[in-house]
Amino acid sequence: MRIFNLQKLIITIFMLGVGFLFLFPFFWMVSASLKPEIEVFNFPIQWLPSTWEFVSYNYSQVWIENPFLLYYRNSIIVTVATTITSVTVSCLAAYGFSKIKFKGRDFIFLILLAIYMVPHQATLVPQFIMFRYMNLYDTLTGLVILNSFSVLGTFLLRQAFLGVNNEYLESARMDGAGHFRIFLSIMLPLVRPVVATYAILRFIWTWNDYQNPFIFLRSEHLFTIQLGVQSFGDEFGKYYAIAMAGAVSAILPLLIVFIIGQKHVIAGISSGGVKG
Amino acid sequence: MSRNSFRETVVGYLFIGPLMIGMILFTLIPIAVSLILSFTDWSLVQGIKDITFVGFKNFTYLFQDPVFIKSVKNNLIFMLVVPITMAISVVLAVLLNSNVYMKGLFKVIFFIPYISSVVAIAMVSQVIFHPSYGPINELLRTFGIENPPLWLADHDYALITLMLITIWMGIGYKLIIYMAGLQNIPQELYEAADIDGASGITKFFKITLPLLSPTSFFLLITGIIASFKVFDIIVVLTEGGPSDSTSVMVFYLYKQAFVNMKTGLASASSIVLVLIVLGITLVQFLAQKKWVNY
Repeated sequence: MRIFNLQKLIITIFMLGVGFLFLFPFFWMVSASLKPEIEVFNFPIQWLPSTWEFVSYNYSQVWIENPFLLYYRNSIIVTVATTITSVTVSCLAAYGFSKIKFKGRDFIFLILLAIYMVPHQATLVPQFIMFRYMNLYDTLTGLVILNSFSVLGTFLLRQAFLGVNNEYLESARMDGAGHFRIFLSIMLPLVRPVVATYAILRFIWTWNDYQNPFIFLRSEHLFTIQLGVQSFGDEFGKYYAIAMAGAVSAILPLLIVFIIGQKHVIAGISSGGVKG
Repeated sequence: MSRNSFRETVVGYLFIGPLMIGMILFTLIPIAVSLILSFTDWSLVQGIKDITFVGFKNFTYLFQDPVFIKSVKNNLIFMLVVPITMAISVVLAVLLNSNVYMKGLFKVIFFIPYISSVVAIAMVSQVIFHPSYGPINELLRTFGIENPPLWLADHDYALITLMLITIWMGIGYKLIIYMAGLQNIPQELYEAADIDGASGITKFFKITLPLLSPTSFFLLITGIIASFKVFDIIVVLTEGGPSDSTSVMVFYLYKQAFVNMKTGLASASSIVLVLIVLGITLVQFLAQKKWVNY
């Protein structure tokens, strides 16, 4: 018997090295955001600032001198509203596609699969024209609508719904329950973990969405955090410490959400194999 | 009975209704409109009356435009990101799955780039790859490389730099899918191989990889489709430059549509994009029989 497992230790040390490579940009970002400008590029890398007095200066540029609070407010409104609508729409459709037998169901599902192959940018120009026509251009509502109809979410949830034994549903039907009641009071509670996974993923994807706000928003007071941090970056591009304070402020909240929900996220991706 | 099945059909359509309305309004109709607009000479800022049909003129223009050709080529090069990311991910997944301390922590670490904002990552990349002061070039200089590449500012290296960043962002996701795939490989296979005295490398190539091939197929298909959608990182970091060296089809489309206001041309390029993606997907499905084991 060995006291410790040498091979396991070697692999762990190797993984720590790889892990450092993965985290390096984040360490660097945080470190730069704490420093005075002249120390940002010190090499060999100086991880901690020589003085801490620039921390408050750098971050006050982000949070007080610039409307980051407003960007956050917009991002939260868009992300929460999108997550709720998208989860609702996909849950309903997933139930329809898995537990109700109706004419044309499998054919429609096949068409959805084909639509999923089309890069969504191919629809950008007509969407833009329609949105201007419908007065949805340059509104937060428009952004919510753009991300609310997800084929991917429907696939993921349908997979989970298919896994639920039909006998549960049959006996409820015998008792006279309609589909909507079965859906609400039997189905949803049974697949709650998958719904939570999809909700977290949709939250992350919407929060990080850059392309739609970039194309469909113009007014600065409607900017989401991604647009906000970019215009901040353009403005302070040469002031790296301040720009990095902006980048940290854009990433950190989502990182916290992820770390809290990481079990759901990782489990959900393993089971559904989904991609934003 | 038939009244019953009629009711089921109505209820079924009510359940899928919201999704279908959204898909028809915001995807199907736009695709059809794209197709029509691709045969026109028109600009967003003009009125609908000013639409003129020009036949295939937009398409012939596209295939004579060196920037569009360059963009298609760049997309094809960019596809390499997918197999490279998959190769790194599968090795890391096998290592993580074998025997390692703090497995859960590593999964989280590798996943962090995937959930991070592209804009923030772009900002930090600009600094890390900074030609004169960035830590990467400082490091290269300490190794005696006197003229390290200028990375994003160098038209030979800009696309490679974007690919490196994309690989780094995508590993966590593929790694987790591979780890899930590894759970489905029966342990007895490895035990039998052990009895035969097979080495770790042999087991990896003869058991692990073939049995992971459905997972790899899934990742390849979705990955390649996603690689054609690359846009954010290009807009934020290079805007297609320097000198169009990082322009891709979606970026070209965006530029024609929203910068040059050439709606017809942009629509034609989106139709080409759809056809290329569908073509590649189809080829992959056909080739699947050759290398995917079920």
